Amino acid sequence: MEIPYTVEHRKDTGLFNAKLGIWLFLASEVMLFGALFSSYILLRIGAPSWPQGADVLNVPLGTLNTIILITSSVTMVMAWASLMMHDFKKHKLYLWATFLLASCFLVVKGFEYGAKFSHGIFPATSTYYAIYYTLTGLHGIHVICGMIVIGYLLGPGAKMWETKSEQFTNRIEIVGVYWHFVDLVWIFLFPVLYLT
Amino acid sequence: MVKHSVEEMQKHVRSYILVFLALMVLTIVTVAVSFLEFEGRLAVAIGVTVALIIAVIKSSLVVSIFMHLISEKKLIFIILGFAAVFFAGMIALPLLTESDQVKTEQSLPNFEVSTAKENPHNVH
Repeated sequence: MEIPYTVEHRKDTGLFNAKLGIWLFLASEVMLFGALFSSYILLRIGAPSWPQGADVLNVPLGTLNTIILITSSVTMVMAWASLMMHDFKKHKLYLWATFLLASCFLVVKGFEYGAKFSHGIFPATSTYYAIYYTLTGLHGIHVICGMIVIGYLLGPGAKMWETKSEQFTNRIEIVGVYWHFVDLVWIFLFPVLYLT
Repeated sequence: MVKHSVEEMQKHVRSYILVFLALMVLTIVTVAVSFLEFEGRLAVAIGVTVALIIAVIKSSLVVSIFMHLISEKKLIFIILGFAAVFFAGMIALPLLTESDQVKTEQSLPNFEVSTAKENPHNVH
């Protein structure tokens, strides 16, 4: 039996299932990251002193990562738009671009973390670093999970384009919504951690 | 799924490119503004507020155009409305526990004692 409403909209919600699902999931993710931001605020205002982000973190690398993620958001939405215009070749190019940009983000993060570790700076070093590693680490895990799903849709998942093209397009749209959220979190993390 | 014609999609693509350019400009603005030195006790607070205002502008662009929220059904707005209310509460309520200390130098009642015990080498 086919799962209904993977393409057609339900009459009561006006949406196909996965779209409602992803927005509900994102609402929960807002609470997850919001809780960490709330902790950051409380820790910072309660601390006797707190370093300026620019003094301890690499602002050029953080800016580069911001540019990388914003570009990956554009390539992700273009991957969906290409499918909507039935151009599978272009879609593949844009989706690969998204995947590669995401890995670039992780490589840059790896350099940042590596530099800190080599100086003996770990989450346990101080409250500042505890919340820094937690916030950026959780965000990094979200990037990795997004890459896993995008990787599946680049690989075995792409077969669905031949049999159920609309459902496949919807899947790309949904992954895109998740990916934009990952970008959004970074848009807030970058100025808060690196620039203040 | 709503069927969009190729012409409609081309219009969307144009808006994606424009938003991308706007986001790049706003990123440069974010970094540039961080170099401004604000005066006084509230210097950090002002800096954070400015950074967050720019971040909210950027995220509004991403949410409305990339995530198509601008053309989304009412139910999604209701869900996000709930999330926004609870998010605001989650930020505001813990802050209110510190509100009576906002004007003083100390923000925790025994912070000298607690920080000395937990952090004898004053590592920050």
